[in-house]
Amino acid sequence: MSLSEHLPILIILLPLLSAPLCILLASPKLAWLVTQVACLLSFILSIFLLQNILAHGPISYALGDWQPPWGIEYRFDLLSSSLLLLICGMATLVVCFARHSVPAEIQQKHIVPFYAALLLAIAGLGGITASGDVFNLFVFLEVSSIASYTLISMGRDRRALNAAFKYLVMGTIGATFILIGIGFLYMQTGTLNMQDLAVLLPELYDNRTIRAGFAFLTVGISLKLALFPLHLWLPNAYAFAPSAVSVFLAGTATKVAVYMLLRFLLSVFGIEFSLQDMPLNLILIALGSVAVLSCSLVAIYQNNCKRLFAYSSVAQLGYIALAIGLASHAGISAALLHIFNHALMKGAVFMALGAVIFRLGSVQVDSLQGLIKQMPLTALALIIGGLSLVGVPGTAGFISKWYLISAIIEQELWPLTFVILVGSVLALIYVWKMVEKLLSAQPTEADGTTNNQTVSEAPLSMLLPLWVLVGANLYLGLNTELTVDLAQQASSFLLGGGR
Amino acid sequence: MNFLLLAPLLIPLLTAVTLPLFRHQPNVREAFTLFGGVLLFIATLLLYQSIDWQSPPELMIAEPIQGLGINLQPDPMGMMFSLLVGFLWPVTSLYAIGYLRGHHEENQTRFYVFFALSIAITQGIALSGSLLTLFLFYELLTLATYPLVTHSGTAEAKRAGRLYLGILMGTSILFMLPAIIWSASLAGHLTFIFGGILPEETSSTTLNILLLLFVFGCAKTALMPFHRWLPGAMVAPVPVSALLHAVAVVKAGVFTLLKIVIYIIGADQVGQLFSAELLAYLAGFTLVVASIIALRKDNIKARLAYSTIGQLSYIVLAAMLANSASIIGGSMHIASHAFGKITLFFCAGAILLATHKTKVSELNGIGRRIPITMGMFTLAALSTIGLPPFAGMWSKWWLIQGTVDSGMLVLTVALLVSSLLNLVYLLELPVRAFFYSNGSTRESPTQKTPVTPITEAPTINLVALSITTLGCLLLFLFPEPWFELLSRLALSGEVSP
Repeated sequence: MSLSEHLPILIILLPLLSAPLCILLASPKLAWLVTQVACLLSFILSIFLLQNILAHGPISYALGDWQPPWGIEYRFDLLSSSLLLLICGMATLVVCFARHSVPAEIQQKHIVPFYAALLLAIAGLGGITASGDVFNLFVFLEVSSIASYTLISMGRDRRALNAAFKYLVMGTIGATFILIGIGFLYMQTGTLNMQDLAVLLPELYDNRTIRAGFAFLTVGISLKLALFPLHLWLPNAYAFAPSAVSVFLAGTATKVAVYMLLRFLLSVFGIEFSLQDMPLNLILIALGSVAVLSCSLVAIYQNNCKRLFAYSSVAQLGYIALAIGLASHAGISAALLHIFNHALMKGAVFMALGAVIFRLGSVQVDSLQGLIKQMPLTALALIIGGLSLVGVPGTAGFISKWYLISAIIEQELWPLTFVILVGSVLALIYVWKMVEKLLSAQPTEADGTTNNQTVSEAPLSMLLPLWVLVGANLYLGLNTELTVDLAQQASSFLLGGGR
Repeated sequence: MNFLLLAPLLIPLLTAVTLPLFRHQPNVREAFTLFGGVLLFIATLLLYQSIDWQSPPELMIAEPIQGLGINLQPDPMGMMFSLLVGFLWPVTSLYAIGYLRGHHEENQTRFYVFFALSIAITQGIALSGSLLTLFLFYELLTLATYPLVTHSGTAEAKRAGRLYLGILMGTSILFMLPAIIWSASLAGHLTFIFGGILPEETSSTTLNILLLLFVFGCAKTALMPFHRWLPGAMVAPVPVSALLHAVAVVKAGVFTLLKIVIYIIGADQVGQLFSAELLAYLAGFTLVVASIIALRKDNIKARLAYSTIGQLSYIVLAAMLANSASIIGGSMHIASHAFGKITLFFCAGAILLATHKTKVSELNGIGRRIPITMGMFTLAALSTIGLPPFAGMWSKWWLIQGTVDSGMLVLTVALLVSSLLNLVYLLELPVRAFFYSNGSTRESPTQKTPVTPITEAPTINLVALSITTLGCLLLFLFPEPWFELLSRLALSGEVSP
């Protein structure tokens, strides 16, 4: 076997094995270097993988050469490999950003474990996309979750501990639910392989154990996905985590949870069962709508920018849930498209906020006053990221919104159009609340907050990944060949009973 | 050819990008703005002359959504708009130099940068070849003009900015965006095609709703009840109010509406819609009520703002009537009102510069101190009212013809009433300035020198406002090229006026 055939496992192993290497090297600088190299390599490999899949279709890889369904199968199709690309890409940018950000926010002695945990989280999330085996998926889920709890708890604010603990409790409940669900499926079918399950399940649709398993899985994944009203862990976790972790989680963790949901609903159970026989489509639409409206509204009243955008994330996940609930080709494509675009915009926004923290030490809305003068590039990035979130034409967010509304109009669900549009207007309000501060004049000496006067632009290691994300937001707002085609192909593959 | 199509966008854009380099040399910076302005006008003129209307040039920039492109393709009305903005930008720059220096404004570089950016975006609106392109630039224009509205940075300016952004973007997201997506899903594309793109079997209910969404989504037209942003935006420096909030932004609104009526829904269909009739009456209501409010405003700029709201409603009305006469009148009014109103704003700024007065009631007897300014104000007011020998007469003529053709005589009456009100509230200023004597001279005995010294605004401002006044006159005397351009619009779809 040539090396390229081992590509699927290599991408996961690279970060997984680099994690202990970091600990062994025991030097913050070297740990950073190792992480950066590992992420960059994974990213390059994931591009090859995606190209390979676009050319030749899904790849199956039998771990240890034990053939599925008995052995553990790694399987990449269009959806999982593009998600892997997203994870590796975000990770590469985040690690570049972390170089200056992490030493400023994390105690010296924690830096090496930080990078080790980050690598584990990357490996875990990547593993979730890779595995074609439900139990293996659970294992990777736990790897990534435990690594994320650790990462969040390293925030310099003591409330980070509380936030991490809350996330741990909720996340563990979610994981347990998922495990119970998997157990139920295994009891009835005797298999853990996803493709095998997809073949065996249709005969058991009326089986109560299967239905209970379905419910456990859905609720468990919804917890990880922060679907309203199971989102309570998310705002604090994002707000108090170190900046680099906020960027990474916002860009990947919830997205991978959406991936799991899609994988189970569409690939394992099949769309007829999960979104039509079970009333999950209605539940997703209802909860998604409530999430969009209520969390956008809550976001308006936040004074901490990180919390503000964390609530906005829950609202954006509401859009995705709503789009999945449409249970149509257009809806699923819109959901997939928004997974990518939202990762890009939130990545940009949280990274810009991280740069602000690096210079100012605070992201209270008031402390942003007049920042356009001191940190013009960061402030501009924040504004563009925010506008993308609103869905201003010319940005990636507009494309998401367009396809989402098109999908809704296709089914003539007019009230939902209204929900999306009102959500956008609310987004405009909470984004503009911040933009207005950024653009307004310098605080005067009399205000007592003169510390802004000495602030300078963020270092290049932060601006570079930040503007890569901002550039992607703008580029993908005008040229969508890549994202839209991928989303639509992946959607037809999923709906065509793929995997 | 394709480069010429892009030049009107690129010239102001490049100007905006390069201006910050000269932020420490005001003279170079302002010379550069003027240079960019003149270059833009030449570019639009060359474009105008090079266009073969049988097959107008087209330029595809990007295709963000499958089948829906961002492209440029001028139509007669867009060409007129582009020429108009191309001509008025250098004139306004000239004026702005005198105004900002005379008024000691801060952050002048930022002002020029966003001004140039707004011009580039307005050119994008004018030359857009599809509704998606138009919408892109429409939203960008709101964003690019926001820093100009809030230029002074005061609490009042911030409040106005919030209102500005909230109404303009809020309505465009809530109403216009769904209407655009809906049209796209009905027609499969959004390219402007004369006579409309919606399939014939579209039910009239759908068309009615779409038209309502489009009209209310386009709040830049300042149609009531979404008009509040315009008086609010008057906190901006005078050149902004003059070029952007009397010409570029508001005209972009009515231009969008006319484009949608002519090229998306189709004028024939609009003429038969029930909602169009309703909206025509709403426009009629707006133009009368706005004139009445204008009458009661003491602040000069606020009065002019309400006057603009009324004048914009003429064009909305024209779009809703959607017959040949009204469409020609409406598109002509874009230009004729632009010249009249920009002059009025220039004069308001000149009054402020020369005498530091902002209220109508303070103008008594001021005509002797600033005869040129007040004289030009009178001429521009006559044009705005629609009297010969000024440009405003032509468009009003066609507008009234349009209401008569449609048989809605109530609206004819509304137009006439509002013209009468225009006469009263606009001419009050010169009448006070020239014929009233101010309180202080009445108290002082007459033997004190009756000759008040002339203290006009800087010459550069007077030059600018004379140019635009001259424009009003020239458009009246030589309307042929102008009319020929717009009647081509009617002819290209075999709708003879």
